[in-house]
Amino acid sequence: MIASHYVYWTFFALMLIGLYVVISHGNLLKKLIGLTLFQVGVFLFYIGLGKRDGGSAPIISDGVEVYSHPLPQVLILTAIVVGVATLAVGLALAVRIFEAYGTVEEDEVVERDRADLATGHDGHQAAGRDSGGS
Amino acid sequence: MTAFSLINIVLLAILVATAVTITRLRALYEAAMLAALFSLVTACLFVLLDALDVAFTEAAVGVGISTVLILGVLALTRSREAVTQRRRRLPGVAAVLLVGGTLGYASLDLPAFGAADSPVHSHPLTEVYLHQSQEAVGIPNTVTSVLASYRGLDTLGELVVVFTAGLAVVSLLGPLRRRRPTRPERPRPIADFDLADYRVIRVVSGGLLPFVLLFALYVLFHGEYGPGGGFQAGVIFASGFVLYGLVFGLDRAQRVVPHAALWSLVTLGLLVYIGLGMATMLLGGSFLDYDVLAPGNPATGQHLGILVVETAIGITVASVMTTIFFSFAGRGVSR
Repeated sequence: MIASHYVYWTFFALMLIGLYVVISHGNLLKKLIGLTLFQVGVFLFYIGLGKRDGGSAPIISDGVEVYSHPLPQVLILTAIVVGVATLAVGLALAVRIFEAYGTVEEDEVVERDRADLATGHDGHQAAGRDSGGS
Repeated sequence: MTAFSLINIVLLAILVATAVTITRLRALYEAAMLAALFSLVTACLFVLLDALDVAFTEAAVGVGISTVLILGVLALTRSREAVTQRRRRLPGVAAVLLVGGTLGYASLDLPAFGAADSPVHSHPLTEVYLHQSQEAVGIPNTVTSVLASYRGLDTLGELVVVFTAGLAVVSLLGPLRRRRPTRPERPRPIADFDLADYRVIRVVSGGLLPFVLLFALYVLFHGEYGPGGGFQAGVIFASGFVLYGLVFGLDRAQRVVPHAALWSLVTLGLLVYIGLGMATMLLGGSFLDYDVLAPGNPATGQHLGILVVETAIGITVASVMTTIFFSFAGRGVSR
């Protein structure tokens, strides 16, 4: 059991480390790095399922009989490029949040929002609009 | 087999150690560099798992583009993380235990790693992709034939997501074109140091650039026979431009690829892809059915269709990645 499943369990461990960072860390950039870790864990798990003992890369050539499965590789190949594109969107949001609030810590952002709600004016939103336009 | 397990265990151990260190580091520059190392080791692991095309992409994306983006954003914002409060730890640990327990329990039903009789390998589709594709499509790299031919519509969807993400970044970070009036008032301050001032960096990156671009073209057009294809070529192309922009400055990079050209290229790739689908429909086939491109000779039609689709993917991916880099870099210059 251990000899054949340790690979999967390590992939799960990578996912869980990423998940912990996403949930427990308050820094938005750290969250995004954690999301990347989680993502890589999923990628490895997918590719691992397509691997075959003694297999070769799925490029058909003479004298090779055993190939790993191409389909998980296709799915993950596109997912990596989509992943970096969505990471860029997340980073762009973080930049805009920093320009509006002056911080990328989730707790401080929520605190500022609460304080503004209590005093009844939305000062930072106006400031955000100003800095966004400049 | 033992050598395989040994390399596997070492790489996995490095991965886990790097991941744990990343979570503990509060200095985010260091965390970003370790994330790049993490990607590099992952790429090695992909090679070990027979996924050469994926390893290519991970190396170019994880080590190159996403590291540059994260470092750029750290320069724009704050590079030090606040201390994680104690009360935040509990939900994370709870979620990890819950998900970990579920995954661990479910993994007991998984087939042994690398087993030949696992559902993945005994599914009839495996036979179609690995052997029938040799007659139906006729190209050795089955990853390319599945990506561009069998699952062409799926890939089109992925390309649309990349395109949309590019649009989202540009709409969040403002238009790429800087406003004219601010320019004469505020000439760019001359930095104390510029990467291009270092002769070694200038000469090496200048000399490297043509080879990076040439390699991207090789990866693009050789994708039918070896590892490679549009996505890989696109990200390698883009990392070439990113390197140029980093060393020689944003202004010079934007003179090489003007906004108008970049914007047309972003849409051009997608239009070519959809246009090819429309063309196959007009020729009497179904959407993205390349057989009709060369009547009487399906293999030639498949070759042609795959080549066009891969080129379209390469164009859109490369220009979207370059656009994203320019958006972040432009934000830094204008502030």
